Amino acid sequence: MANWIPLWLHKLGSPPTFYRFAGTLQPWATTLALLLGAIALYGGLVLAPADYQQGDAYRIIFIHVPSAWMSMFIYAVMGVAAFIALVWRIKLAEVVAMESAPIGAAFTFITLVTGSLWGKPMWGTWWTWDARLTSELVLLFLYLGVIGLYHAFEDRRQGARAAAFLAIIGIINVPIVHFSVNWWNTLHQGSTVNVFGQSKISGAMLWPLLTMTLATKFYYIASLFRRARTDLLALESGKDWVRRIAEDEAGR
Amino acid sequence: MAASRDGSACMDKHPPGLAAACAAMLRRDLTLAWRRRGDIAMPVLYALIVTMLFPFALGPEDTLLQRIAGGVVLVTVLLAMLLALDAMFSSDIEDGSLEQLVLAPQPLALMLGMKILAHWITTALPLIVIAPLMAAMLHLPGAVIPVLLLALLLATPLLSLLGAVLVALTAGTRRSGMLLALMLLPLCVPAVIFAAGAVAAAQQGLPWLAPIAWLAAALVLAVVLAPLACAAALRIALDA
Amino acid sequence: MNVLQGFLAMGGYAAYVWPAYAVFFIVLVVDTVAPRLRRRRVLGELRARLARQSARQQRTGSTPPTSPSP
Repeated sequence: MANWIPLWLHKLGSPPTFYRFAGTLQPWATTLALLLGAIALYGGLVLAPADYQQGDAYRIIFIHVPSAWMSMFIYAVMGVAAFIALVWRIKLAEVVAMESAPIGAAFTFITLVTGSLWGKPMWGTWWTWDARLTSELVLLFLYLGVIGLYHAFEDRRQGARAAAFLAIIGIINVPIVHFSVNWWNTLHQGSTVNVFGQSKISGAMLWPLLTMTLATKFYYIASLFRRARTDLLALESGKDWVRRIAEDEAGR
Repeated sequence: MAASRDGSACMDKHPPGLAAACAAMLRRDLTLAWRRRGDIAMPVLYALIVTMLFPFALGPEDTLLQRIAGGVVLVTVLLAMLLALDAMFSSDIEDGSLEQLVLAPQPLALMLGMKILAHWITTALPLIVIAPLMAAMLHLPGAVIPVLLLALLLATPLLSLLGAVLVALTAGTRRSGMLLALMLLPLCVPAVIFAAGAVAAAQQGLPWLAPIAWLAAALVLAVVLAPLACAAALRIALDA
Repeated sequence: MNVLQGFLAMGGYAAYVWPAYAVFFIVLVVDTVAPRLRRRRVLGELRARLARQSARQQRTGSTPPTSPSP
Protein backbone atom coordinates (compact mmCIF):
# COMPACT_ATOMS: atom_id res chain seq x y z
CA MET A 1 0.00 0.00 0.00
CA ALA A 2 2.80 2.41 0.87
CA ASN A 3 4.48 1.30 -2.31
CA TRP A 4 2.62 3.78 -4.46
CA ILE A 5 4.70 6.74 -3.25
CA PRO A 6 8.09 5.46 -4.40
CA LEU A 7 6.43 4.05 -7.51
CA TRP A 8 4.92 7.42 -8.33
CA LEU A 9 8.21 9.15 -7.72
CA HIS A 10 9.97 6.63 -9.88
CA LYS A 11 7.51 7.19 -12.70
CA LEU A 12 7.92 10.90 -12.30
CA GLY A 13 11.61 10.55 -13.00
CA SER A 14 10.80 9.60 -16.57
CA PRO A 15 11.07 12.69 -18.76
CA PRO A 16 7.83 12.37 -20.75
CA THR A 17 5.83 11.66 -17.58
CA PHE A 18 7.33 14.63 -15.82
CA TYR A 19 6.73 16.77 -18.89
CA ARG A 20 3.04 16.00 -18.77
CA PHE A 21 2.83 16.27 -14.99
CA ALA A 22 4.59 19.62 -14.94
CA GLY A 23 2.53 20.82 -17.89
CA THR A 24 -0.68 20.16 -16.01
CA LEU A 25 0.41 21.72 -12.75
CA GLN A 26 2.23 24.74 -14.10
CA PRO A 27 -0.83 26.87 -15.04
CA TRP A 28 -2.27 26.25 -11.57
CA ALA A 29 0.95 27.31 -9.92
CA THR A 30 1.13 30.42 -12.05
CA THR A 31 -2.47 31.35 -11.28
CA LEU A 32 -1.97 30.83 -7.56
CA ALA A 33 1.22 32.86 -7.65
CA LEU A 34 -0.47 35.78 -9.41
CA LEU A 35 -3.57 35.61 -7.22
CA LEU A 36 -1.73 35.38 -3.93
CA GLY A 37 0.73 37.99 -5.11
CA ALA A 38 -2.04 40.43 -5.94
CA ILE A 39 -3.70 39.85 -2.57
CA ALA A 40 -0.39 40.27 -0.78
CA LEU A 41 0.42 43.48 -2.65
CA TYR A 42 -2.98 44.92 -1.91
CA GLY A 43 -2.62 44.02 1.73
CA GLY A 44 0.88 45.38 1.93
CA LEU A 45 0.65 48.52 -0.14
CA VAL A 46 -2.90 49.63 0.61
CA LEU A 47 -4.27 48.00 3.73
CA ALA A 48 -1.26 47.85 6.03
CA PRO A 49 -0.60 51.02 8.03
CA ALA A 50 2.58 53.06 7.72
CA ASP A 51 5.35 52.05 10.08
CA TYR A 52 5.88 54.12 13.20
CA GLN A 53 9.60 54.53 12.55
CA GLN A 54 10.08 53.97 8.85
CA GLY A 55 6.96 55.50 7.37
CA ASP A 56 5.98 54.08 4.02
CA ALA A 57 9.51 53.04 3.08
CA TYR A 58 9.09 49.82 5.06
CA ARG A 59 6.68 48.56 2.40
CA ILE A 60 9.70 47.27 0.51
CA ILE A 61 9.66 44.49 3.08
CA PHE A 62 6.84 42.78 1.22
CA ILE A 63 9.13 41.99 -1.70
CA HIS A 64 12.55 42.12 -0.05
CA VAL A 65 11.99 39.51 2.66
CA PRO A 66 10.12 36.92 0.54
CA SER A 67 12.83 37.27 -2.13
CA ALA A 68 15.54 36.76 0.49
CA TRP A 69 13.78 33.67 1.82
CA MET A 70 13.42 32.36 -1.71
CA SER A 71 17.11 32.96 -2.46
CA MET A 72 18.00 30.60 0.37
CA PHE A 73 15.14 28.17 -0.14
CA ILE A 74 15.95 27.71 -3.82
CA TYR A 75 19.62 27.11 -3.03
CA ALA A 76 18.60 24.41 -0.55
CA VAL A 77 16.37 22.76 -3.17
CA MET A 78 19.17 23.06 -5.69
CA GLY A 79 21.57 21.48 -3.21
CA VAL A 80 19.27 18.52 -2.54
CA ALA A 81 18.64 18.01 -6.25
CA ALA A 82 22.38 18.30 -6.90
CA PHE A 83 23.08 15.65 -4.28
CA ILE A 84 20.51 13.30 -5.81
CA ALA A 85 21.92 14.00 -9.26
CA LEU A 86 25.48 13.19 -8.19
CA VAL A 87 24.70 10.10 -6.17
CA TRP A 88 21.97 8.48 -8.26
CA ARG A 89 22.62 10.21 -11.60
CA ILE A 90 18.94 10.85 -12.17
CA LYS A 91 18.51 13.07 -15.20
CA LEU A 92 15.50 14.86 -13.78
CA ALA A 93 17.43 15.79 -10.63
CA GLU A 94 20.10 17.35 -12.82
CA VAL A 95 17.45 19.33 -14.67
CA VAL A 96 15.81 20.55 -11.45
CA ALA A 97 19.16 21.58 -9.98
CA MET A 98 20.41 23.40 -13.05
CA GLU A 99 17.14 25.16 -13.83
CA SER A 100 16.72 26.29 -10.23
CA ALA A 101 19.96 28.24 -10.40
CA PRO A 102 18.77 31.11 -12.63
CA ILE A 103 15.58 31.51 -10.60
CA GLY A 104 17.58 31.57 -7.39
CA ALA A 105 19.98 34.09 -8.89
CA ALA A 106 17.03 36.28 -9.90
CA PHE A 107 15.63 36.30 -6.36
CA THR A 108 19.07 36.95 -4.87
CA PHE A 109 19.50 39.87 -7.23
CA ILE A 110 16.08 41.23 -6.27
CA THR A 111 16.98 40.85 -2.60
CA LEU A 112 20.19 42.81 -2.99
CA VAL A 113 18.69 45.61 -5.07
CA THR A 114 15.51 46.05 -3.02
CA GLY A 115 17.59 45.86 0.13
CA SER A 116 19.86 48.57 -1.19
CA LEU A 117 16.87 50.76 -2.07
CA TRP A 118 15.51 50.22 1.42
CA GLY A 119 18.87 50.80 3.06
CA LYS A 120 19.47 54.19 1.53
CA PRO A 121 16.58 56.00 3.21
CA MET A 122 16.80 53.96 6.41
CA TRP A 123 20.53 53.55 7.03
CA GLY A 124 21.77 56.39 4.86
CA THR A 125 23.86 54.10 2.68
CA TRP A 126 23.28 52.06 -0.48
CA TRP A 127 25.59 49.32 0.73
CA THR A 128 27.65 48.16 3.68
CA TRP A 129 29.98 45.25 4.07
CA ASP A 130 28.29 43.63 7.03
CA ALA A 131 27.97 39.89 7.38
CA ARG A 132 24.47 39.44 6.01
CA LEU A 133 24.83 41.64 2.93
CA THR A 134 28.24 40.21 2.13
CA SER A 135 27.12 36.60 2.46
CA GLU A 136 24.03 37.32 0.33
CA LEU A 137 26.30 38.79 -2.35
CA VAL A 138 28.50 35.69 -2.10
CA LEU A 139 25.30 33.67 -2.61
CA LEU A 140 24.68 35.54 -5.88
CA PHE A 141 28.21 34.75 -7.03
CA LEU A 142 27.71 31.11 -6.12
CA TYR A 143 24.57 30.96 -8.25
CA LEU A 144 26.39 32.64 -11.14
CA GLY A 145 29.30 30.25 -10.72
CA VAL A 146 26.97 27.23 -10.92
CA ILE A 147 25.30 28.63 -14.03
CA GLY A 148 28.66 29.48 -15.62
CA LEU A 149 30.19 26.10 -14.87
CA TYR A 150 27.14 24.28 -16.23
CA HIS A 151 27.39 26.08 -19.54
CA ALA A 152 31.15 25.60 -19.82
CA PHE A 153 30.88 21.94 -20.71
CA GLU A 154 30.16 20.50 -24.12
CA ASP A 155 28.35 17.54 -22.62
CA ARG A 156 25.30 18.89 -20.79
CA ARG A 157 25.04 16.00 -18.37
CA GLN A 158 28.68 16.22 -17.40
CA GLY A 159 28.31 19.97 -16.98
CA ALA A 160 25.31 19.39 -14.75
CA ARG A 161 27.28 17.01 -12.55
CA ALA A 162 30.21 19.41 -12.23
CA ALA A 163 27.91 22.32 -11.45
CA ALA A 164 26.00 20.15 -8.97
CA PHE A 165 29.28 19.46 -7.18
CA LEU A 166 29.98 23.18 -6.99
CA ALA A 167 26.47 23.83 -5.68
CA ILE A 168 27.00 21.34 -2.87
CA ILE A 169 30.35 22.90 -1.92
CA GLY A 170 28.67 26.30 -1.71
CA ILE A 171 25.75 25.16 0.42
CA ILE A 172 27.72 26.05 3.53
CA ASN A 173 26.93 29.67 2.68
CA VAL A 174 23.18 29.30 3.19
CA PRO A 175 23.29 28.86 6.98
CA ILE A 176 25.91 31.62 7.08
CA VAL A 177 23.48 34.02 5.39
CA HIS A 178 20.66 32.97 7.67
CA PHE A 179 22.51 33.09 10.98
CA SER A 180 24.81 36.01 10.12
CA VAL A 181 22.64 38.48 12.00
CA ASN A 182 22.92 36.35 15.12
CA TRP A 183 26.60 35.49 14.88
CA TRP A 184 27.98 38.94 14.05
CA ASN A 185 27.27 42.55 14.84
CA THR A 186 25.48 43.61 11.72
CA LEU A 187 23.85 46.75 10.45
CA HIS A 188 21.10 44.55 9.07
CA GLN A 189 18.37 44.00 11.65
CA GLY A 190 17.84 40.68 13.33
CA SER A 191 15.01 38.33 12.52
CA THR A 192 11.53 39.64 13.20
CA VAL A 193 9.52 36.70 11.95
CA ASN A 194 9.90 33.52 13.97
CA VAL A 195 8.55 30.12 13.10
CA PHE A 196 8.35 29.21 16.75
CA GLY A 197 7.15 31.82 19.18
CA GLN A 198 6.14 35.41 18.88
CA SER A 199 6.99 37.42 15.81
CA LYS A 200 7.94 41.02 16.40
CA ILE A 201 5.80 42.40 13.61
CA SER A 202 2.19 43.58 13.65
CA GLY A 203 -0.51 41.29 12.28
CA ALA A 204 -1.57 43.73 9.57
CA MET A 205 1.96 43.64 8.20
CA LEU A 206 2.55 39.95 8.83
CA TRP A 207 -0.22 38.47 6.72
CA PRO A 208 0.73 40.24 3.47
CA LEU A 209 4.33 39.20 4.10
CA LEU A 210 3.39 35.54 4.57
CA THR A 211 1.00 35.65 1.63
CA MET A 212 3.74 37.01 -0.61
CA THR A 213 6.06 34.28 0.68
CA LEU A 214 3.54 31.70 -0.42
CA ALA A 215 3.07 33.50 -3.73
CA THR A 216 6.82 33.42 -4.47
CA LYS A 217 6.94 29.72 -3.64
CA PHE A 218 4.24 29.05 -6.22
CA TYR A 219 6.06 31.29 -8.65
CA TYR A 220 9.20 29.23 -8.17
CA ILE A 221 7.29 26.01 -8.83
CA ALA A 222 5.73 27.49 -11.97
CA SER A 223 9.00 28.89 -13.26
CA LEU A 224 10.90 25.71 -12.45
CA PHE A 225 8.34 23.56 -14.23
CA ARG A 226 8.39 25.86 -17.24
CA ARG A 227 12.16 25.77 -17.44
CA ALA A 228 12.43 22.06 -16.71
CA ARG A 229 9.98 21.21 -19.47
CA THR A 230 11.96 23.21 -22.01
CA ASP A 231 15.21 21.69 -20.78
CA LEU A 232 13.81 18.19 -21.11
CA LEU A 233 12.78 18.99 -24.67
CA ALA A 234 16.33 20.06 -25.42
CA LEU A 235 17.97 17.12 -23.66
CA GLU A 236 15.68 14.49 -25.14
CA SER A 237 15.34 16.04 -28.58
CA GLY A 238 16.29 12.82 -30.29
CA LYS A 239 13.41 10.93 -28.74
CA ASP A 240 10.05 10.28 -30.32
CA TRP A 241 7.94 11.96 -27.69
CA VAL A 242 9.76 15.23 -28.25
CA ARG A 243 9.44 14.86 -31.99
CA ARG A 244 5.70 14.45 -31.65
CA ILE A 245 5.43 17.57 -29.53
CA ALA A 246 7.47 19.57 -32.03
CA GLU A 247 5.22 18.43 -34.86
CA ASP A 248 2.06 19.11 -32.85
CA GLU A 249 3.13 22.65 -32.09
CA ALA A 250 4.01 23.30 -35.70
CA GLY A 251 0.48 22.36 -36.65
CA ARG A 252 -1.00 24.99 -34.36
CA MET B 1 57.91 -1.24 -14.68
CA ALA B 2 60.41 -4.08 -15.15
CA ALA B 3 60.10 -6.44 -18.07
CA SER B 4 60.08 -10.05 -17.03
CA ARG B 5 62.25 -12.65 -18.71
CA ASP B 6 59.54 -13.93 -21.02
CA GLY B 7 59.39 -10.48 -22.61
CA SER B 8 56.06 -9.29 -21.24
CA ALA B 9 56.06 -5.96 -19.46
CA CYS B 10 54.82 -6.37 -15.95
CA MET B 11 54.75 -4.50 -12.67
CA ASP B 12 57.43 -5.04 -10.05
CA LYS B 13 56.52 -7.84 -7.73
CA HIS B 14 56.25 -5.24 -4.95
CA PRO B 15 54.45 -2.08 -6.14
CA PRO B 16 55.87 1.09 -4.59
CA GLY B 17 54.71 1.79 -1.07
CA LEU B 18 52.50 4.74 -0.34
CA ALA B 19 55.29 6.95 0.95
CA ALA B 20 57.45 6.19 -2.06
CA ALA B 21 54.55 6.94 -4.38
CA CYS B 22 53.94 10.29 -2.68
CA ALA B 23 57.61 11.18 -2.88
CA ALA B 24 57.71 10.19 -6.53
CA MET B 25 54.66 12.32 -7.35
CA LEU B 26 56.13 15.31 -5.55
CA ARG B 27 59.51 14.86 -7.18
CA ARG B 28 57.91 14.57 -10.63
CA ASP B 29 55.89 17.74 -10.33
CA LEU B 30 58.73 19.74 -8.82
CA THR B 31 61.08 18.56 -11.57
CA LEU B 32 58.57 19.48 -14.27
CA ALA B 33 58.07 22.89 -12.72
CA TRP B 34 61.82 23.41 -12.46
CA ARG B 35 62.18 22.67 -16.16
CA ARG B 36 59.88 25.60 -16.80
CA ARG B 37 61.53 27.90 -14.32
CA GLY B 38 60.38 30.94 -16.20
CA ASP B 39 56.81 30.13 -15.32
CA ILE B 40 57.65 30.35 -11.64
CA ALA B 41 58.78 33.93 -12.10
CA MET B 42 55.53 35.01 -13.73
CA PRO B 43 53.26 35.25 -10.67
CA VAL B 44 56.06 36.96 -8.76
CA LEU B 45 56.57 39.61 -11.42
CA TYR B 46 52.83 40.06 -11.74
CA ALA B 47 52.46 40.59 -7.99
CA LEU B 48 55.30 43.09 -7.88
CA ILE B 49 53.97 45.09 -10.79
CA VAL B 50 50.43 45.21 -9.43
CA THR B 51 51.73 46.30 -6.02
CA MET B 52 53.68 49.07 -7.72
CA LEU B 53 50.52 50.32 -9.40
CA PHE B 54 48.92 51.29 -6.12
CA PRO B 55 51.24 54.15 -5.19
CA PHE B 56 50.85 55.43 -8.75
CA ALA B 57 47.11 55.20 -8.57
CA LEU B 58 46.55 56.45 -5.05
CA GLY B 59 49.46 58.83 -4.56
CA PRO B 60 52.59 58.15 -2.55
CA GLU B 61 51.26 59.48 0.74
CA ASP B 62 52.62 57.23 3.46
CA THR B 63 49.68 57.05 5.81
CA LEU B 64 47.24 56.02 3.09
CA LEU B 65 49.54 53.35 1.70
CA GLN B 66 50.20 52.01 5.17
CA ARG B 67 46.51 51.54 5.83
CA ILE B 68 45.93 49.54 2.68
CA ALA B 69 49.27 47.73 2.53
CA GLY B 70 48.21 44.51 4.27
CA GLY B 71 45.03 44.14 2.23
CA VAL B 72 46.72 44.97 -1.06
CA VAL B 73 49.47 42.40 -0.53
CA LEU B 74 46.89 39.74 0.35
CA VAL B 75 44.63 40.42 -2.60
CA THR B 76 47.58 40.67 -4.99
CA VAL B 77 48.95 37.33 -3.83
CA LEU B 78 45.47 35.83 -4.16
CA LEU B 79 45.11 37.09 -7.74
CA ALA B 80 48.61 35.93 -8.68
CA MET B 81 47.80 32.46 -7.36
CA LEU B 82 44.54 32.49 -9.25
CA LEU B 83 46.41 33.12 -12.48
CA ALA B 84 48.73 30.23 -11.77
CA LEU B 85 46.00 27.82 -10.63
CA ASP B 86 44.77 27.13 -14.14
CA ALA B 87 48.03 25.43 -14.95
CA MET B 88 47.78 22.95 -12.09
CA PHE B 89 46.32 20.16 -14.15
CA SER B 90 46.35 21.51 -17.68
CA SER B 91 49.58 19.98 -18.94
CA ASP B 92 48.75 16.64 -17.34
CA ILE B 93 45.34 16.60 -18.94
CA GLU B 94 46.82 17.39 -22.32
CA ASP B 95 49.25 14.52 -22.34
CA GLY B 96 46.91 12.08 -20.62
CA SER B 97 48.96 11.50 -17.49
CA LEU B 98 46.16 12.75 -15.28
CA GLU B 99 43.88 10.00 -16.52
CA GLN B 100 46.66 7.53 -15.81
CA LEU B 101 46.81 8.91 -12.30
CA VAL B 102 43.07 8.41 -11.87
CA LEU B 103 43.46 4.79 -12.94
CA ALA B 104 46.52 4.15 -10.79
CA PRO B 105 46.20 1.88 -7.74
CA GLN B 106 47.45 4.60 -5.39
CA PRO B 107 44.71 6.57 -3.63
CA LEU B 108 43.86 9.45 -5.96
CA ALA B 109 43.24 11.90 -3.14
CA LEU B 110 46.73 11.41 -1.75
CA MET B 111 48.37 11.75 -5.15
CA LEU B 112 46.40 14.92 -5.83
CA GLY B 113 47.42 16.18 -2.40
CA MET B 114 51.02 15.84 -3.48
CA LYS B 115 50.31 17.67 -6.72
CA ILE B 116 48.69 20.48 -4.80
CA LEU B 117 51.68 20.63 -2.48
CA ALA B 118 54.06 20.83 -5.42
CA HIS B 119 51.94 23.56 -6.96
CA TRP B 120 51.93 25.51 -3.71
CA ILE B 121 55.70 25.18 -3.38
CA THR B 122 56.27 26.50 -6.89
CA THR B 123 53.69 29.28 -6.95
CA ALA B 124 52.85 30.43 -3.42
CA LEU B 125 56.24 30.06 -1.76
CA PRO B 126 57.98 32.49 -4.12
CA LEU B 127 55.13 34.93 -3.52
CA ILE B 128 55.54 34.61 0.24
CA VAL B 129 59.29 35.19 -0.17
CA ILE B 130 58.74 38.49 -1.96
CA ALA B 131 55.79 39.50 0.22
CA PRO B 132 58.05 41.49 2.59
CA LEU B 133 59.32 43.41 -0.44
CA MET B 134 55.77 44.16 -1.56
CA ALA B 135 54.82 45.19 1.96
CA ALA B 136 57.86 47.45 2.20
CA MET B 137 56.91 49.13 -1.10
CA LEU B 138 53.64 50.08 0.53
CA HIS B 139 55.29 51.15 3.76
CA LEU B 140 53.81 48.44 5.96
CA PRO B 141 55.45 48.80 9.40
CA GLY B 142 58.22 46.26 9.86
CA ALA B 143 56.74 44.85 13.04
CA VAL B 144 53.61 43.74 11.16
CA ILE B 145 55.45 41.84 8.44
CA PRO B 146 55.89 38.59 10.45
CA VAL B 147 52.13 38.49 11.05
CA LEU B 148 51.57 39.11 7.33
CA LEU B 149 53.90 36.22 6.49
CA LEU B 150 52.15 33.95 8.98
CA ALA B 151 48.77 34.87 7.54
CA LEU B 152 50.06 34.20 4.02
CA LEU B 153 51.60 30.92 5.11
CA LEU B 154 48.19 29.76 6.29
CA ALA B 155 45.98 31.41 3.68
CA THR B 156 47.90 30.45 0.53
CA PRO B 157 47.72 26.66 1.07
CA LEU B 158 44.02 27.14 1.81
CA LEU B 159 43.67 28.87 -1.54
CA SER B 160 45.69 26.18 -3.30
CA LEU B 161 43.52 23.43 -1.83
CA LEU B 162 40.22 25.15 -2.54
CA GLY B 163 41.42 26.22 -5.96
CA ALA B 164 42.49 22.69 -6.81
CA VAL B 165 38.94 21.41 -6.27
CA LEU B 166 37.55 24.05 -8.60
CA VAL B 167 40.30 23.60 -11.19
CA ALA B 168 39.52 19.89 -11.16
CA LEU B 169 35.86 20.67 -11.83
CA THR B 170 36.74 22.74 -14.85
CA ALA B 171 39.38 20.29 -16.07
CA GLY B 172 39.05 19.87 -19.78
CA THR B 173 36.62 22.70 -20.38
CA ARG B 174 37.65 25.32 -22.87
CA ARG B 175 36.70 28.22 -20.63
CA SER B 176 39.25 30.77 -19.47
CA GLY B 177 40.43 31.56 -15.97
CA MET B 178 37.59 34.04 -15.67
CA LEU B 179 35.17 31.27 -14.81
CA LEU B 180 37.62 29.94 -12.27
CA ALA B 181 37.88 33.40 -10.72
CA LEU B 182 34.09 33.72 -10.60
CA MET B 183 33.82 30.43 -8.75
CA LEU B 184 36.87 30.68 -6.52
CA LEU B 185 36.82 34.26 -5.27
CA PRO B 186 33.48 34.09 -3.43
CA LEU B 187 34.64 30.97 -1.63
CA CYS B 188 37.91 32.69 -0.67
CA VAL B 189 36.15 35.57 1.02
CA PRO B 190 36.35 34.10 4.55
CA ALA B 191 40.08 33.37 4.19
CA VAL B 192 40.73 36.91 2.98
CA ILE B 193 38.65 38.36 5.81
CA PHE B 194 40.54 36.47 8.49
CA ALA B 195 44.00 36.99 7.00
CA ALA B 196 43.41 40.70 6.50
CA GLY B 197 41.84 40.90 9.93
CA ALA B 198 44.95 39.47 11.53
CA VAL B 199 47.22 41.93 9.73
CA ALA B 200 44.98 44.87 10.54
CA ALA B 201 44.84 43.88 14.21
CA ALA B 202 48.62 43.57 14.36
CA GLN B 203 48.94 46.96 12.72
CA GLN B 204 46.81 48.51 15.42
CA GLY B 205 48.62 46.72 18.20
CA LEU B 206 45.61 44.56 19.00
CA PRO B 207 45.74 40.80 19.59
CA TRP B 208 45.87 38.99 16.26
CA LEU B 209 45.96 35.37 17.32
CA ALA B 210 42.22 34.66 16.95
CA PRO B 211 41.90 35.17 13.19
CA ILE B 212 45.15 33.27 12.71
CA ALA B 213 43.70 30.39 14.71
CA TRP B 214 40.60 30.41 12.53
CA LEU B 215 42.79 30.30 9.42
CA ALA B 216 44.78 27.40 10.86
CA ALA B 217 41.59 25.51 11.68
CA ALA B 218 40.24 26.09 8.17
CA LEU B 219 43.56 24.94 6.73
CA VAL B 220 43.51 21.71 8.72
CA LEU B 221 39.96 21.05 7.53
CA ALA B 222 40.97 21.79 3.95
CA VAL B 223 44.05 19.57 4.08
CA VAL B 224 41.83 16.64 5.03
CA LEU B 225 38.80 17.34 2.85
CA ALA B 226 40.07 19.17 -0.22
CA PRO B 227 42.12 16.32 -1.75
CA LEU B 228 39.09 14.03 -1.40
CA ALA B 229 36.83 16.64 -2.98
CA CYS B 230 39.44 17.22 -5.66
CA ALA B 231 39.52 13.52 -6.50
CA ALA B 232 35.72 13.39 -6.71
CA ALA B 233 35.65 16.53 -8.86
CA LEU B 234 38.31 15.13 -11.18
CA ARG B 235 36.37 11.92 -11.62
CA ILE B 236 33.28 13.92 -12.52
CA ALA B 237 35.17 16.11 -14.95
CA LEU B 238 37.14 13.35 -16.68
CA ASP B 239 34.69 10.48 -16.55
CA ALA B 240 32.05 12.05 -18.71
CA MET C 1 -7.26 62.06 -6.61
CA ASN C 2 -5.58 63.03 -3.35
CA VAL C 3 -5.74 59.46 -2.10
CA LEU C 4 -4.05 58.20 -5.27
CA GLN C 5 -1.39 60.91 -5.05
CA GLY C 6 -0.81 60.06 -1.42
CA PHE C 7 -0.49 56.40 -2.33
CA LEU C 8 1.97 57.10 -5.13
CA ALA C 9 4.02 59.43 -2.96
CA MET C 10 4.58 56.67 -0.40
CA GLY C 11 5.08 59.15 2.40
CA GLY C 12 7.95 60.80 0.52
CA TYR C 13 9.80 57.57 -0.13
CA ALA C 14 8.41 57.04 -3.62
CA ALA C 15 11.87 57.26 -5.18
CA TYR C 16 12.87 54.13 -3.26
CA VAL C 17 9.70 52.08 -2.98
CA TRP C 18 8.54 52.17 -6.58
CA PRO C 19 11.91 51.33 -8.19
CA ALA C 20 12.16 48.43 -5.75
CA TYR C 21 8.80 47.07 -6.85
CA ALA C 22 9.72 47.74 -10.46
CA VAL C 23 12.90 45.65 -10.13
CA PHE C 24 10.85 42.87 -8.56
CA PHE C 25 8.39 42.78 -11.44
CA ILE C 26 10.86 43.29 -14.25
CA VAL C 27 13.24 40.54 -13.07
CA LEU C 28 10.41 38.07 -12.61
CA VAL C 29 8.87 38.92 -15.97
CA VAL C 30 12.25 38.32 -17.63
CA ASP C 31 12.52 35.04 -15.76
CA THR C 32 9.05 34.09 -17.02
CA VAL C 33 9.60 35.07 -20.62
CA ALA C 34 13.10 33.64 -21.14
CA PRO C 35 12.09 29.97 -20.91
CA ARG C 36 9.22 30.59 -23.32
CA LEU C 37 11.62 32.03 -25.88
CA ARG C 38 14.01 29.16 -25.36
CA ARG C 39 11.24 26.64 -25.81
CA ARG C 40 10.22 28.20 -29.07
CA ARG C 41 13.82 28.16 -30.24
CA VAL C 42 14.43 24.53 -29.21
CA LEU C 43 11.30 23.30 -30.94
CA GLY C 44 12.03 25.41 -34.01
CA GLU C 45 15.54 23.98 -34.28
CA LEU C 46 14.20 20.49 -33.82
CA ARG C 47 11.64 20.97 -36.59
CA ALA C 48 14.35 22.34 -38.88
CA ARG C 49 16.56 19.37 -38.15
CA LEU C 50 13.72 16.94 -38.79
CA ALA C 51 12.94 18.69 -42.06
CA ARG C 52 16.59 18.41 -43.13
CA GLN C 53 16.63 14.73 -42.20
CA SER C 54 13.50 13.93 -44.15
CA ALA C 55 14.81 15.89 -47.14
CA ARG C 56 18.01 13.90 -47.01
CA GLN C 57 16.01 10.72 -46.64
CA GLN C 58 14.02 11.53 -49.74
CA ARG C 59 17.17 12.24 -51.71
CA THR C 60 19.11 9.14 -50.70
CA GLY C 61 16.13 6.90 -50.09
CA SER C 62 17.68 5.48 -46.89
CA THR C 63 16.81 5.98 -43.25
CA PRO C 64 19.24 8.32 -41.52
CA PRO C 65 20.28 7.38 -37.99
CA THR C 66 18.60 9.27 -35.16
CA SER C 67 20.78 12.16 -34.16
CA PRO C 68 22.16 12.26 -30.62
CA SER C 69 20.75 14.80 -28.21
CA PRO C 70 22.81 18.02 -28.12
